[in-house]
Amino acid sequence: MAKYLIGRFAQAAIVLWAAFTVAFILLQVLPGDAIMIKFQSPDLGLSAAEIAQIRAAYAVDQPIIVQYGHALTNALEGKLGYSVQQGVSVGELLRTNLPPTLRLASLGFVLAVSLAVGIAFLASLTPFAWLRSTLQALPALFISVPVFWLGIVLIQVISFRLKLVSVISPGEFEGLILPTITLAVPISAPLAQILIRSIDAVQTQNFVAVARAKGASASQVLWAHVARNAILPVLTIAGVLLGELLAGAVVTETVFGLNGLGSLTRDAVGSQDVSVLQALVVLSALVFVVVNLGVDLLYPVLDPRLRRRFEGVR
Amino acid sequence: MSGSRTTEVVSPDTIALRRPRLPRIAPGLLLAWAVILLALLWALLPWIFTSYSGTIGTAGQQLRAPSALHWLGTDQIGRDVYARIIYGARHSLTGAFLAVAVGLLAGTWFGLIAGSVGGWVDDVIMRFVDVMLSIPSLLLSLSIIILLGFGELDAAVAVGIASVARFARLMRSEVVRVRRSDYVEAAFGSGGSFSAVLWRHVLPNSMTAVVSLAALQFGTAILAIATLGFLGYGAPPPTPEWGLLIAEGRDYVATAWWLTGFPGLAVVLVVLAANRISHSFGQEPV
Repeated sequence: MAKYLIGRFAQAAIVLWAAFTVAFILLQVLPGDAIMIKFQSPDLGLSAAEIAQIRAAYAVDQPIIVQYGHALTNALEGKLGYSVQQGVSVGELLRTNLPPTLRLASLGFVLAVSLAVGIAFLASLTPFAWLRSTLQALPALFISVPVFWLGIVLIQVISFRLKLVSVISPGEFEGLILPTITLAVPISAPLAQILIRSIDAVQTQNFVAVARAKGASASQVLWAHVARNAILPVLTIAGVLLGELLAGAVVTETVFGLNGLGSLTRDAVGSQDVSVLQALVVLSALVFVVVNLGVDLLYPVLDPRLRRRFEGVR
Repeated sequence: MSGSRTTEVVSPDTIALRRPRLPRIAPGLLLAWAVILLALLWALLPWIFTSYSGTIGTAGQQLRAPSALHWLGTDQIGRDVYARIIYGARHSLTGAFLAVAVGLLAGTWFGLIAGSVGGWVDDVIMRFVDVMLSIPSLLLSLSIIILLGFGELDAAVAVGIASVARFARLMRSEVVRVRRSDYVEAAFGSGGSFSAVLWRHVLPNSMTAVVSLAALQFGTAILAIATLGFLGYGAPPPTPEWGLLIAEGRDYVATAWWLTGFPGLAVVLVVLAANRISHSFGQEPV
């Protein structure tokens, strides 16, 4: 067990380190000298000596491998460099932009999960075939809708047509309703698909037949026996989905004009602010790795069969 | 990969009753192919579908609602929305084809090497694939687009590179599966060289799953390219690229719903169709 844990942690650390390295190569090494490009433009009127000074301040006058070593040790200490565009430290930018995105993403996640569970359970409980096939087709539709378009359509229909939610200076909660729906719909689709599939798989198992033979009702069987077992496969894609929440925030925050990590990402790309983008890439990889690690550690807790296997190994 | 295949128990009298018949195609699948075919025709021969231009507007016809003259209305400088969607098909579809080609070629290659060479080569490639998969694809393509610069082809290539890891992982698992099969063992046993067996047996037998993923990725690429276009990192205006059409229509969201509504509908229909076709290959790409 201890060996497994250490191995699992080491693997997570390696993926994270590799993500950092890939982002460093992609964003800092290959594009050439971003600072050179920014400050060299003649309208800034900087002399060669001043540019050299700025370059020294950003530590880009050193060989790549030295820069990489610096960046890595700094990142381990939590120092993520400076935003070339805004002149503030990247850590500072992340700190100010994290809370609004975190709030939006957690609301979106909760809604996505409820939506997926609702669709999947209703689809397997309903006695009507037409309702079942409609519900089963929903995730495929959700996946095919561009997120930004969904946001615009929601504004159009719910705000302008039905006038249910104001878009011009809405209240704090009111302003989050439409972005939350926009973010949640595409995330809920793969969740619902896996849930439907795994409920179907579990329902053919013997213990379900036994429970039913003993006289349990359909919803009793579903909640007490099927749901617990059907949740397990869903956990495997949790890491991917949380990463997608961050990516979805890029589009959602742009459409609704919100501040947060998403609009920070968009601005960083627009102004070629590579250190900010690098930090965001590493952050999303961190979320992915931590969630997957958590899921792997949680698995034996949720699934007694795995626990027994571990105890056997020990 | 879910490799669950049910084996059918056939009794003698059902064999006698079975007649050769045409394969039945589900009406939904037929519709999906029709949508893709129509979109391809739009991309290849846009002028036979509309007499309006995709980029030049008519003066005095600004922001007209859908009518007999302009089926899907006109935009702020009098351009016909229907014409813009049709001329835009070329941009969106070419981009998606390019993206899938990049992902398919590079990914298949990496997966084939990883799966057939094995050992440390496999480890290195698959760890790299793990890293690529740990970064959300939008962030990955945005990072690549910083490197390549903004533009239509750059956006497509960025989306393609971001999908390499998915193809590589699928291809590797397929190669590993096929390699263990008896006929590949037999091919090696009867003296086939490594590369010959790879080319003649392993590659063709791994293709169904890869083609299925390619179809799925085609839809995903259309969405991703539209997203990049919407954010302003894809084709520049006045290109009628679908994502850009929606971005431009956004300013008139309160007054002219048709500017964003119809291009979005075009994206949804084509992506739905691509996903349906991917599904029809009978494999669930991971």
